[in-house]
Amino acid sequence: MTGRAVNNTIQTDDSPDLDWYIDRIVQVLMFIGGISAIVLIIGIFIFVTREGISFIFNDLDFAEFFASPRWRPTSEWRATYGILALIVGTASITGLAMMIAIPFSLGSAIFISEFATGKYKEYLKVLVELLAAIPSVVWGFIGLTIMNPLIIQIFNVPVGLNVLNAGLILGLMAAPIITSIAEDALKAVPDGFREAAEAMGATKWQVIYKVVLPAAKNGLLGAVLLGVGRGFGETMAVLMASGHAINLPENIFDSVRALTATIAAELGETAVGSVHYQSLFTIGIFLFLITFMINLTADLVVRGVKKG
Amino acid sequence: MTSNGSNENKIAIKTRNMNLWYGSFQALFDINLDVKEGMITSLIGPSGCGKTTLLRSYNRINERLGYVRIDGSIKMFGKNIYDDDVEISQLRQQVGMVFQRPNPLPLSIRDNILFAWNIHTEKENRISRSEQEDLIEKSLREVVLWDKVKDKLNSKATFLSLEEQQKLCIARLLPVKPKILLMDEPCSALDPKGTEAVEELIWRLRGEYTILIVTHNMAQARRASEECVFMLMGKMIEHDRTEKVFETPEQQETSDYIAGRYG
Repeated sequence: MTGRAVNNTIQTDDSPDLDWYIDRIVQVLMFIGGISAIVLIIGIFIFVTREGISFIFNDLDFAEFFASPRWRPTSEWRATYGILALIVGTASITGLAMMIAIPFSLGSAIFISEFATGKYKEYLKVLVELLAAIPSVVWGFIGLTIMNPLIIQIFNVPVGLNVLNAGLILGLMAAPIITSIAEDALKAVPDGFREAAEAMGATKWQVIYKVVLPAAKNGLLGAVLLGVGRGFGETMAVLMASGHAINLPENIFDSVRALTATIAAELGETAVGSVHYQSLFTIGIFLFLITFMINLTADLVVRGVKKG
Repeated sequence: MTSNGSNENKIAIKTRNMNLWYGSFQALFDINLDVKEGMITSLIGPSGCGKTTLLRSYNRINERLGYVRIDGSIKMFGKNIYDDDVEISQLRQQVGMVFQRPNPLPLSIRDNILFAWNIHTEKENRISRSEQEDLIEKSLREVVLWDKVKDKLNSKATFLSLEEQQKLCIARLLPVKPKILLMDEPCSALDPKGTEAVEELIWRLRGEYTILIVTHNMAQARRASEECVFMLMGKMIEHDRTEKVFETPEQQETSDYIAGRYG
């Protein structure tokens, strides 16, 4: 018991204590949390592929599937599985939605990030988040009960559930998401750039369009692409507002049907394992691949893929 | 290059009874300072003494913060820059600023040089491509950067070394022909070699431009400025020729600071 002498040796006692156990447990939990996202995504992909794969190999006629507008899976004498009309439906709604959402959301992102200050800025950001949190069925409801009669009245058309309605609803839905990501991209531009430009006599607007926007362009493009991905994947609101009619639209007042809405509306009525059932899963695989590619592109763009 | 040898004693900036508040905090007290035209004047003093605040009042960049209040007057070549009819953009054309951290814009070297020039040149006075090239070359030659970057004018300025970036930040001010250059610790982010090169450059620009330089580095103030202002706690303590301030300061606070007793 030479109490003093102990101080001369370095403590090498590494027997685990409570902190050590907590540290290990937290590490394991974090690891599980981290890989679970990847495992789940792969799991979903495998499930969807398994259900659709036999259709792809046995019944799928590629030319018909992508080039025929006739989606008649329940036809008595000859079932056809053409998704062209559905692709055009989804694309036209998403396209219109982006034409509405992009200017609005980039505008509000610029306003929030560059002009609004203090409390005002915080309130606006909370409001945008709140908009993003509105459930899609509520948006669909608005499309069905408010926009529908409004469109009929204003444009004097027979049906108000059409590309215009769904595009507007989807645009309003995507706008807060694009705004919020675009605002992050603008915020990430170092303030030193703005200060430098202002010190050279640039006006607020010159600073924004000559310096801030070019510097944030990858992030902004990524925000827009994520909005497009959201548009492609959205189901409920589109199902309710688009009219759900298989149709190659000639103008924005035609009703259309979206890929996602088709799956949602028909899957419950098919026999599990039937050709119809499998064909819906094939649409699912197709959607999965498209949104995956859009999101991947967005991700690569945000990180700023360098040339070469 | 016009020499301002005959203007030795002309005053470029006349600061009178100037007070400055950040919100309710007063940062500058009753500043009266005459900056001589064509000379390098250094501002020294311990951290928080207000030297950067004073510098940033001369191009009104302080106002970015939105809660800054100023009274008194700052006359540049006879005109009070805080008058209502002063256009900030024009003021900043004539009063260029170099920052502590080199901050070239995330554009090409060429666009960095032409940035201020594009802002301050009317559309109808735009010059031809080859004249633009001459302008770029002249500006870059003046900061001894031309030979290094002449083959990569289109590559991004942010890939240059810090020393080159800082030189570029000086070069980009020159095409709009400023009269005054404000420098806020321009060498503090640079290594000794870069510091030496940039100091040399600043020294060469003397005469053509009136230069105000804030520095923490007393040796730098001593070797690279002609006049020196010592500030403490928001007040101007002493202003004289640099040798005088460093060798025979009049105020006790100045000699204590220079001797390294605080700060």
